[in-house]
Amino acid sequence: MYKIILAMRYLLRRRITYFAVLAVALCVFIVVVVMTVMTGLVDDFKQKNHDFVGDCVVGSESLVGFAYYEDFVKELEGAEFVEAVSEVIKGYALLSPRGRDVNRGVEIMGIDPVRHSRATGFASTLYYRKDDVSRAFEPSYDPNLPGCVLGIDLASQRDANSHYSYQASPSRVGFAVTFFPLTARGALAGAGAGLVNTKTFYYSDLSQSGLARVDSSLVYLPFKEAQLLCGMAGPVKRVNAIHIKFKPAVGLKAGCDAVALLWNKFKEQKAGENQAYLLDTVTVQSWKSYRRMLIAAMEKEQTMMTVMFGFVGIVTVFIVLVVFYMLINHKSKDIGVLRSIGASAADIIGLFCGFAFLVGLIGSLIGLLGGWLFLLRINRLEDWLFEHFGYQVWDRTMFAIGDIPSQVSPRVLAVIAFSAIAACLIGALVPSWQAIRLKPVETLQVNQL
Amino acid sequence: MSERDIILKSEGVYKSYRMGVTRVKVLKGLDLAVERGEFAAIVGASGSGKSTLLHILGALDKPDKGIVQFEGRDLGRQSGRELNRFRNRMVGFVFQFYHLLDELSVLENVFLPAMASRSILGWFGCRKWAKNRAGELLEQLGLAERAMHKPYQLSGGERQRVAIARALMNEPRLLLADEPTGNLDSATGNGILDVLEKLNTAGQTIVMVTHDERIAARARRIITLADGRIKS
Repeated sequence: MYKIILAMRYLLRRRITYFAVLAVALCVFIVVVVMTVMTGLVDDFKQKNHDFVGDCVVGSESLVGFAYYEDFVKELEGAEFVEAVSEVIKGYALLSPRGRDVNRGVEIMGIDPVRHSRATGFASTLYYRKDDVSRAFEPSYDPNLPGCVLGIDLASQRDANSHYSYQASPSRVGFAVTFFPLTARGALAGAGAGLVNTKTFYYSDLSQSGLARVDSSLVYLPFKEAQLLCGMAGPVKRVNAIHIKFKPAVGLKAGCDAVALLWNKFKEQKAGENQAYLLDTVTVQSWKSYRRMLIAAMEKEQTMMTVMFGFVGIVTVFIVLVVFYMLINHKSKDIGVLRSIGASAADIIGLFCGFAFLVGLIGSLIGLLGGWLFLLRINRLEDWLFEHFGYQVWDRTMFAIGDIPSQVSPRVLAVIAFSAIAACLIGALVPSWQAIRLKPVETLQVNQL
Repeated sequence: MSERDIILKSEGVYKSYRMGVTRVKVLKGLDLAVERGEFAAIVGASGSGKSTLLHILGALDKPDKGIVQFEGRDLGRQSGRELNRFRNRMVGFVFQFYHLLDELSVLENVFLPAMASRSILGWFGCRKWAKNRAGELLEQLGLAERAMHKPYQLSGGERQRVAIARALMNEPRLLLADEPTGNLDSATGNGILDVLEKLNTAGQTIVMVTHDERIAARARRIITLADGRIKS
């Protein structure tokens, strides 16, 4: 009991310990803010990728795609663990507004909007047809015209506050989309005749996925039209990918393993077919694996930040070590007195570790509270800074970030607080060890006073 | 002096310290016996090893060679845990410079030894008793009004009386006092000696170290330490 009382008194009556508490609080504050923002960005980015892809993708990197997909889609739709399936045509095309001689390269995705919305978060990215996705490709000004859904950055520009300007309904704009159809062998279909497939689609909706590259270069087109224009609607039809959503109870790995099993069986069944060779290029990947190039970069940044803030933790350890070293030198007489009344070496370590625990606990609580309050107001603060000084953490005209993530994760907070307390205990360990090595006789000598 | 009456005994105790490159021999085969209920004063010149001897007798330090027995038990054969218990229960220390803990009140300083020997639960079980006992000791020593003060708010004599109360908290069988009046004026020092005399009259065994023959004269037995041995 005396250890608790003394630890608390040392904490309250020794000003130097305030600095230790302050150092811990500052470190915790910084780590909470940075880790919350970073974790929020990474989680948000992952979620957006998950929404864009669905749970699993069976697809080929080749622009030629693969055949016999209809049979495999039937198998998937019959599988217990599959919730929804969407066949997708992927390719590249030139997009030029009608009446103008300019064009730009874009990625195209041919989808059935209803099926794709069931398998992915497509519907929620739309602006005009969010509630009736079946009409995503029907321009409101003339439903009979073939529609296209543009990535939002192709049709609108963000202002400095990351806000887009929307019209009440899409304006009548036609885009000539030029495709480069490929044969099943990868040759340009109609090569030699100079043939490319060009068709005009009319702007029917916007898609805002929150993924910068997708929003700035992707055009969604009706599945059948895209298949035809890409040269994949021959006698043996082809697609580039099948996006799959699993039932809620199915784990990602289990689901992907089951799909891979189905795919391998399917491939064996089709081994004797004409275009069976195309199936060799197909892989089964989870959404994480499918988007790993992008996600890995973010995760790497997060890991680097964690390592950097690990160094902040080491600084905390060092500050606590110095404070405790000074305190124990100052309190050597107390150690001698305690030993003279029967306190053991373990009691002395317990006393200073208890003290370190209190420093860590109080510092962590102050840091967590400060961090939480700061995060609650971080977006307002950034708005104020932008309004008065034109400063933004991320330039919204360049980064597809809305608000700065400020959702505090209890797990992250717990880990940070635990680490801070552990850092304090580590910092206190060496001076405590030094304290118990002091001979009571030496500490009680007159010249120690 | 029968063996049964002896509470503390040392035989052939040697102790030396390293001072720079030389080794200073402080105690050179010291033999000593203290009877139960005795008030013994160890006198000697400065640097004669009085305090060293007291620390060895109270198990705060270990001899290089020799035996120290308390109630027939060899302290050199006791484990660290047993020595901690010995210092907590069997012996009470009074130091020249009081050595009170500044962070604690007078009352807390007094019941500190009772707290030190108990777990948190054990302490809650005996807290009332310990506070009462500490209060009684302070009252006996004329410090009842000072219980809630901090050590730095007391005079030297008052601090030394608090130190005596702390030493007596666990009703030790032996009180070891290292120059208890060394830091006090004559009148205050006499007051402390009166307290020690009273305690001894009540049956408390006391071993006091002093360099002052006049103070030693207040004890019932004077032991002179010279050249690392007891001078008979």
